[in-house]
Amino acid sequence: MDPQDIANFTHLRRARDLIDREYAQPLDVPTMAKHALMSPAHFSRLFRAAYGETPYSYLMTRRIERAMTLLRSGATVTDACIAVGSTSLGSFSSRFTELVGMTPSEYRAAEHTAILAMPTCVAQARTRPERMMLPRREAEQD
Amino acid sequence: MTITLQYTNVTVNNVDEAIAFYRDGLGLDVRNDVANGEFRWVTLGSPDQTGTEIVISEPHAGRSQADGDALQELLLKGQLPMLVFRTDDLDATFEQVRATGAEVLQEPVVQPWGPRDCAFRDPSGNMVRINQSS
Repeated sequence: MDPQDIANFTHLRRARDLIDREYAQPLDVPTMAKHALMSPAHFSRLFRAAYGETPYSYLMTRRIERAMTLLRSGATVTDACIAVGSTSLGSFSSRFTELVGMTPSEYRAAEHTAILAMPTCVAQARTRPERMMLPRREAEQD
Repeated sequence: MTITLQYTNVTVNNVDEAIAFYRDGLGLDVRNDVANGEFRWVTLGSPDQTGTEIVISEPHAGRSQADGDALQELLLKGQLPMLVFRTDDLDATFEQVRATGAEVLQEPVVQPWGPRDCAFRDPSGNMVRINQSS
């Protein structure tokens, strides 16, 4: 791996850490790209190659994953939506349903005993919505 | 019969940068740093936990080029498993690690599930979390 590859992966990782940390803020791709010291188009292409989804898609998946945690602990759907930085309840609910396979209300009411028994960091990684399960949407993004 | 953890391996991209982080930041002692040609054996351990050491090695050490490349990519992408330490003074430890210029992932906070902790990336991209001991 040459020094440029090493630098690129390092910059991508820092941008992903920014998304993981600042997911509740209004983050746009140009801001993320600036953090990675790349142009938005170059950043999006390399990010997707490294992490399997586009930066914007990664941000939304992160928000849904955080919302799942809040819903499991009893937050209302509206509160979870606002807490993760989504501004539209309608688009939040439809994206949630698309990724999780049930509506936020259904998820909130569902059985979560097994997840609650895991260490939180394990639960976070294992319950993260899997975008690979959605070939139709992936195809649309290509 | 007793059994305890003796070594755990940490893959890093640059051994010298890693030594600076784990020694100067976290305050571990360098227990071994020996070289034989291309091969280097580096271990560090806590002065408060004499029987346990981390072994630092590079992605390609003892691996094929292809396997080393794959591991290096996962390392740099921040995808390798995290390392978790425990300290009796989280704020002091946090400041000491931050003073090395390490990437801060999370300042000390009380987590919803109980512990107070903070998180850094080591210079290669490994996540290092530090818990306040209760």
